Amino acid sequence: MLTIKNLHCRLEEEPDTVILKGVDLKLEPGKVHAIMGPNGSGKSTLSYVLSGRDGYEVTAGEVDFDGEDLLEMEPEERAAAGLFLAFQYPVEIPGVGNMTFLREAVNSQRKLREEDEISAKDFLQMVRAKAKELDISPEMLKRSVNVGFSGGEKKRNEILQMSVLQPKMCVLDETDSGLDVDAMKLVAQGVNALRGGDRSFLVITHYQRLLDHIKPDIVHIMADGRIVETGGPELALQVENEGYADILKRNAA
Amino acid sequence: MTDDRQAAQRAEATETLLAGAAEDAGAGALARLKSDATDRFRALGAPMPRDEYWRYLSPSAFNEKATPAERSTTQPAAGPKAPEASPFAAAEPLTLCFVEGRFEPALSDDPAAAGDALEIAVLSAGAAPDWASEQLGALERLGQSPVPRPLAALNGALATDGVAIRVTGEAVRPVEIRYLGDTDGGVHLRHLAILEDGASLTLLETGVGAARYSTVLEAEMKPGAAFDHLRLQTDPRLRRGATHLFARIAAEASFKSFTLAGAGDKRVIRNEGVLWMEGDDASAHIAGGVVGKDDAKIDNTVFLTHGALRGESRQVFKNVLSDKALGVFQGKILVREGAQQTDGYQISQSVLLSERAAFNAKPELEIYADDVKCSHGSTTGALDEGALFYLRSRGVEPAVARRLLIEAFLEEAVEEIADETLADVVRDQARALVVAAIR
Repeated sequence: MLTIKNLHCRLEEEPDTVILKGVDLKLEPGKVHAIMGPNGSGKSTLSYVLSGRDGYEVTAGEVDFDGEDLLEMEPEERAAAGLFLAFQYPVEIPGVGNMTFLREAVNSQRKLREEDEISAKDFLQMVRAKAKELDISPEMLKRSVNVGFSGGEKKRNEILQMSVLQPKMCVLDETDSGLDVDAMKLVAQGVNALRGGDRSFLVITHYQRLLDHIKPDIVHIMADGRIVETGGPELALQVENEGYADILKRNAA
Repeated sequence: MTDDRQAAQRAEATETLLAGAAEDAGAGALARLKSDATDRFRALGAPMPRDEYWRYLSPSAFNEKATPAERSTTQPAAGPKAPEASPFAAAEPLTLCFVEGRFEPALSDDPAAAGDALEIAVLSAGAAPDWASEQLGALERLGQSPVPRPLAALNGALATDGVAIRVTGEAVRPVEIRYLGDTDGGVHLRHLAILEDGASLTLLETGVGAARYSTVLEAEMKPGAAFDHLRLQTDPRLRRGATHLFARIAAEASFKSFTLAGAGDKRVIRNEGVLWMEGDDASAHIAGGVVGKDDAKIDNTVFLTHGALRGESRQVFKNVLSDKALGVFQGKILVREGAQQTDGYQISQSVLLSERAAFNAKPELEIYADDVKCSHGSTTGALDEGALFYLRSRGVEPAVARRLLIEAFLEEAVEEIADETLADVVRDQARALVVAAIR
């Protein structure tokens, strides 16, 4: 699905700040991968580089997404090819209605894939049904994108977009940050409902607690810009019990 | 430039602009206006770059003499060709067409069939009714102080036609004034609206009439009257436009005006609004959307006076500027002594789509009452990069993402329009301008 080889990147504005120092990662179709790691290890940067955000310069390495060179693609092309990033801090867009935004996103992607536009009626029905599952009120759909939404509402709105756009590869960047337990359960439910088939997930999180609700198949530990360990779900539990210190010490040698 | 030299240049420009003004004075209300306004313009003189309210927009474009638009004499016997449909057609307005500066009955609805609440007089059609003769030019004259508005006086001196509307009740159908024609010449039209006690009117203006056009609308609003004014300056044939709006608002009356201005090339538009709230509990809203590209210059200049108790006012102007376009907003709120519990709001904002586009804002507050709420703000910036990326990360193409953000930016001004059908017309027109500006 997604293969990252020896990925290096630094900040465009501060070329001395190297953040990714050789990330190697292979994400399998139909699997849920988790990346855990201490603050500053480069987890979120990895998600930004994958989504094509400005401000990061890739200095070495490559990313293959289903046979295509992901790093050569514009952000909207990555989305149309099936990549989705659930933002840690979803952006507020005053004046752009949530429904308008969703419709433009769906139709833009269809256009880029040379498919027909979805009919207004089908679109409305689909979104309403999916919103209901995520406990998103019709009123929230009418409001401007993320404006005045609580932290939990913003994250649920991210999952709604994911559910409407039906991506092949979902990257969740610290989706649990700022959520209470109930909100986290709701978000996890939404994600779990999308599991199945070949759809892959990359769940980036600092804490193990999200992984109680979204059970990963494979867990990676990231530190200082590299993946330092890979294992099964037990690796996440180990972090929960022992913290990152032992793992980091083990890999510092 | 020395003061002497500027004075000499002003005198020269003034006489150049007035040349031939009195030749076709004719008779009636228009004749008196033309004579008075000629004296007024001569006394004020043509605007000069160092004049206080012309510092951000050079008046030179307005100081070139334009040949008056001439009605084509080679028109086929069948009369002027039918124009394309008005963007406001969905609102089913009563339409009054001016072709190259003259009223054109063949393209207009019959003013006499305007209904019980409306009395409409075409100013070139001989003797005007007393209410029009008495009032024509009065508000423009009043509006020459404390800030001179020489182009409004020039409009009177050169006016060829116009319409006077008196409303005595609820005018159910909007009245639309359309400017048609595409000569290189200049057109000067003078309009008057009088809204009697409790009367209401929606007035629409659209089109150009000539490459260079000037309109002045004087609106006198009696107690409890409600006036909605909506104007489209989106015709690509417009090269130079100067407009003035003078509105005197009595107790409990409400005035609302919105103008969508779009221009490219080297086009220049100056829209001035002079509003007086003379009675208690009056309200005055003036708003605009501006989309400028290429070397266009678009200026909105507002002078709003709170002269009575509990007046409520809003000025909302949104500017989208690309290439080397210039946007100007000069907005003044004057609160006179005794105008307590005034509630004034003013915002002017711009989005600059290029590093060479510019926006100049000059908000002014002058307050002589002590129980007053007045807020004003002005911002200038680029489109929000974070929002653009968010949209693109969901698959939205960059051009569509930019359009969505710009439309959202303009929306705060567009939603000042109360009527949704009319607001949708403006949204459609704005979209076309925005798409052209970001291409």
